[in-house]
Amino acid sequence: MRLKLLAGAALALAFGYGTAAAETTIHMLHVSVVGQTLWSKVADAYNKSHPGVKVVVEYLENEAYKAKLPTLLQSDQKPDIIYSWAGGVMKAQIDAGYIQDISAARDDFAKTVSEGGLSAYTVDGKLYGVPIQLSGVGLFYNKDLMAKAGVDPNSMGDWDSFLAAVKKIKAAGITPLIMGGGEKWPMHFFWSYLVMRLGGSDVLTNAEAGKDGGFKNPVFVEAGKKLKELADLQPFQEGYLSTLFPASGGMFGDGKGAMDLMGDWVLNTQRENAADGKGLPMEKIGFAPFPTVPGGKGKVTDTLGGVQGFLVTKGAPPEAIDFLKYLETVDAQKEAASTGGYIPAVKGTDVFITNPTIKEIAGRVANSTWHQNFFDQDLGPAVGRVVNDQSVAIAAGESTPEDAAAAIQEAWDTR
Amino acid sequence: MALAESFARAKSTYTRGGLTTVIIFLPPALVLFTVFIILPIAEAGWYAFFNWNGLGWPDKFIGLDNFSQLFANKVFTRALVNNGLIIAVSLLIQLPLALAMAVLVADRRFGAVTFRMIFFLPYILADVAAGLIWRYMFDGDYGIVSQLSSAIGTGPIYLLANKQFAFAAVLIVIVWKYFGFHMMLYIAGMQNIDKALYEAAAIDGANAWQRFRFVTLPGIAPMIRLSVFFSLVGSLQVFDVIRALTFDGGPLNTTHSIVSFLYIFGVTRMRVGFGSAVGIVIFILCVVIAFGYKRLFMRND
Repeated sequence: MRLKLLAGAALALAFGYGTAAAETTIHMLHVSVVGQTLWSKVADAYNKSHPGVKVVVEYLENEAYKAKLPTLLQSDQKPDIIYSWAGGVMKAQIDAGYIQDISAARDDFAKTVSEGGLSAYTVDGKLYGVPIQLSGVGLFYNKDLMAKAGVDPNSMGDWDSFLAAVKKIKAAGITPLIMGGGEKWPMHFFWSYLVMRLGGSDVLTNAEAGKDGGFKNPVFVEAGKKLKELADLQPFQEGYLSTLFPASGGMFGDGKGAMDLMGDWVLNTQRENAADGKGLPMEKIGFAPFPTVPGGKGKVTDTLGGVQGFLVTKGAPPEAIDFLKYLETVDAQKEAASTGGYIPAVKGTDVFITNPTIKEIAGRVANSTWHQNFFDQDLGPAVGRVVNDQSVAIAAGESTPEDAAAAIQEAWDTR
Repeated sequence: MALAESFARAKSTYTRGGLTTVIIFLPPALVLFTVFIILPIAEAGWYAFFNWNGLGWPDKFIGLDNFSQLFANKVFTRALVNNGLIIAVSLLIQLPLALAMAVLVADRRFGAVTFRMIFFLPYILADVAAGLIWRYMFDGDYGIVSQLSSAIGTGPIYLLANKQFAFAAVLIVIVWKYFGFHMMLYIAGMQNIDKALYEAAAIDGANAWQRFRFVTLPGIAPMIRLSVFFSLVGSLQVFDVIRALTFDGGPLNTTHSIVSFLYIFGVTRMRVGFGSAVGIVIFILCVVIAFGYKRLFMRND
């Protein structure tokens, strides 16, 4: 009798599993806290309008995601859509054969996504993914503290006046720059921008190809020297070498420093991590572009930032690409723009942005003469982390600009 | 240690003639041991000769380059020094402290059991939790250490940002975390010493210090040897506490241990070949120290 019951249950289970398997499940894995709320909503709407397909949006913390992804990609639990910063890691994933070529859908995506955005996800002429958000790095400043120090934020257009402004702020007893040195990558923004301002738009491609001394080219050494020049003024808050990024955002939100060279996401971070949970109100935060360097080939309209997006993994069903097409529409991205969650890569969403600072950043990125991906993403994980390490080492006086450039060249050669 | 037990069981059964028992018990243990221990070590030895980013299959053979890069790497040298410091501090500060505490709370005095629990509590705390708690305590702006130093008048201390002394913070946390465990080992050892020996020593006119030196110490000598062994092996594996306290290797990479070096420089930089080379070096180091120590000091235990 019991055996019959067991057999009956097993049969029912098999049938149940059978009907469930008729539904296609798409797994999307990403690292964005705001994205989890926004993209889950889009997924729910998609699931309702597309019976038979279930899109599951999953969040994993940044560092954990980067560490887990190589193993995940080689397992049965490979997500169908993965978050990407493009650049070197994406190229490695493509070379290893884990990413699907979605060039067939390129024309559809080109209707809503800019050509520049798509080109960040094109390798050897083939499209592998789509950008979802753009980010720009620049000098966020606390308007009140700048006024208190008597510094006009619009007067920092070139390197020397920027240094003068830093000295003046410090003399007023205010910390000029907030720095999350404990995670190292915030420091490399300074070095990156200096390289960009000095070297111009082909500086990285030339160095990667080994032209003119590769990364030991005087441009990189000079960038290091300028960084040292800044660091010698002691512009950062005390103990900056152990401050983690969320804490640094909170410090800016608490009004502990006048400026922060950071990406647009800091507007959310400073609010989330401030002592009162509210941080600085948007009207009190200003944005200035990184100063130009006299004699440098770069322009003030060159921007450093990210083109973050999604890649489709090999073996993912066509519904994954279909969902991405649904996601890359103005309707699906409206809320991100209006709530200030992130800057969508979809064309025509800038009209929905209400936050004036974000609108300014979005405008600068959209009209940028050269939008360079974060160095530590573009150069790949091995070299990128060396750039981060060396930037902090130069600022702390531990490494000379020449040694730093040599270390980066060595990391590039042995990557 | 079910593995050792099953081996022992198999061996004694065999000598008694139960060949079938051996055939039943040996293969599962052997398979598990091979798949989860021998195979990964062998694979790591294989990967160590390649420049591999962890995706696909290793195909860029570079011979001993990973090892030569490793030994030329200044951060690795510092990591080795740091591990040496952990061992030194454990043997010279943590263990004597544990012994002193054990002597104080070993007998059934009033409050002794409560204090045993208090001293043992840090050991129960998860490594990461301990690291994060101490991270807040060492915070230069809000931490309790800074508040104390400001109260004294020396101003706030940013210990975790100081490239010379950030590792001192790590050492403090390690001593705090594990001394309770060693203390418990010594208490267990002391409770096994025959009380009659103490009475005999007292009758012979020995004072407290002499009783400790000539009755207690020899009595718990095997426990001390065991505790040193645990300390050595544990010191080589420190990772969680360091990762939680000093996220990315601390100020200018001064607070790396060899395991955190492997993780940061191998795994997060997607250089699995290099990481495997570090793993092989750690493995050889652990094997040499563990077996060397057992051979030299624990021959009769």
